[in-house]
Amino acid sequence: MTVQWTPDEMMTVAAARLLWNGCVCFVGIGLPSAAANLARLTRAPDIVLIYESGTLATRPDVLPLSIGDGELADTAVAVIPLPEVFAYWLQGGRVDVGFLGAAQIDRYGNLNSTVIGDYAHPTTRLPGSGGAPEIAVHARQIFIVLKQNARAFVPGLGFRSTAGFLEGHGARARSGISGAGPQAVITDLGVLRPAPDTDELQLVARFDGVSVDDIVKATGWPLRLADRVDVVAAPTEEEVHILRDLHARTRAAHGCRVAVPY
Amino acid sequence: MPLMTLQEAIAAHVKDGQTLALEGFTHLIPFAAGHEIIRQGRADLHLVRMTPDIIYDQMIGAGCARALTFSWGGNPGVGSLHRLRDAVEHEWPRPLRIVEHSHAGMAAAYTAGASNLPFGILRGYLGTDLPLVNPQVKSVTCPYTGEALATVPAIRPDVTIIHAQRADRSSNVLLRGILGVQKEAAMAAKHLIVTVEEVVESLDAPMNAVVLPGWTVHAVVCVPGGAYPSYAQGYYARDNAFYLAWDEVSRDRDRFRQWIDAHVLGVTDHAAFLRSVGVPSTRDAAGPGEVSA
Repeated sequence: MTVQWTPDEMMTVAAARLLWNGCVCFVGIGLPSAAANLARLTRAPDIVLIYESGTLATRPDVLPLSIGDGELADTAVAVIPLPEVFAYWLQGGRVDVGFLGAAQIDRYGNLNSTVIGDYAHPTTRLPGSGGAPEIAVHARQIFIVLKQNARAFVPGLGFRSTAGFLEGHGARARSGISGAGPQAVITDLGVLRPAPDTDELQLVARFDGVSVDDIVKATGWPLRLADRVDVVAAPTEEEVHILRDLHARTRAAHGCRVAVPY
Repeated sequence: MPLMTLQEAIAAHVKDGQTLALEGFTHLIPFAAGHEIIRQGRADLHLVRMTPDIIYDQMIGAGCARALTFSWGGNPGVGSLHRLRDAVEHEWPRPLRIVEHSHAGMAAAYTAGASNLPFGILRGYLGTDLPLVNPQVKSVTCPYTGEALATVPAIRPDVTIIHAQRADRSSNVLLRGILGVQKEAAMAAKHLIVTVEEVVESLDAPMNAVVLPGWTVHAVVCVPGGAYPSYAQGYYARDNAFYLAWDEVSRDRDRFRQWIDAHVLGVTDHAAFLRSVGVPSTRDAAGPGEVSA
């Protein structure tokens, strides 16, 4: 008898399972942060989480709302200035996994988090790329977490904020970018990985209860399937309970009024 | 000497048309100073900040800015900065020129400014479209290896404003917790204003602590709660509920104007702002007029 779970929970659990004990993970806010902390609280207790606010090896009890909540500083091994985060740690080659989200992705794992429409006169101005452009090139590999639908999984990006495999077919490697790039895209329907010859993202696993056809329809390009499409094991009772506890603690903490000494 | 009121410090150092950096990476964001700039009606500012956050959303919506240099413009963990979006998408309340970087690029640009160098260097912007829309991002060939490296022009603000935990009577300033690029922005600026939670007789700073010596600081202002709704490590936490609530307030132009009128333009100082938005005080004896030192 397995526990009931939501697609969001399955996505977070599937992403958490990709991380290993001892891995140095540069964590984006939101879904990546939830997944990285679930990994820390389950199978990877010695994972090293780095947030771009300069909190090294942090172990937050509640998920941060921002990338620099006090909780991250309070529970960090060290808190360092931001230029050092990008220069010494990321560019310095000390990050195994960069864990990113985005608004849009294309078939080669390139990301848009900047604008929808013309840059000068956008239909939608998105927040921008923040730390992602350099995370995506300096981390040894990248995992991306993104809900899958045809608005997010698009045939072409209007703006490339962050490099995946560029035009594919070895373009990234030829460009001199050092990191291996996006090695997994975890969605709320399944998992995509790049094909070795073309770098094109292909479906390698689906979640239980989701059909391959559903996933193809939620993709804005003709999605290729790997030779074998596995079914991701459902979340265990432990994974679901720990994740729900984490979210409950987080909701309670974020709802608190703050008193100020003034 | 430089200990002054916030009104005096902004009036003395912040002028229309300047390039202004209010830094603080989610922590120690100088909200009180930003509100005083809105109250004094400063205009045509070129605002610089890695993460514009709510404070620049308010300043942009209030019409203070003509340009924005930034690297991530969202409401952290919540979504859009709606006033920033309205300015970029619809030129309301006025057109806003944007100069967009990555975080690593901004960090390199501030570091170059603090170092009195013309530009910063990084392995950055690789495979992105940012250099296409920001012609300031260029490249240089390494004279030792031949590698092409990205360059960004130094950021040298006319005025940098930061918030810190404490200063002593000689204007030495101590910061702790998440530091962002405050030290670099402070050292890159022509003028530096620091608001602090408290002024103490002795900093008692541990060796190697982040201290800005008094002679680098042009004005120190004691503003308890001056970083609210962001936070000051050791004093108060980030009011995440305020950040969540700002999404609704800022979506609508009229509601935003009413909020600014009631809580920024309609109050005289930061203590009055905190009372007007219902922030509980940990000090029962807190009275009005606390902003001045």
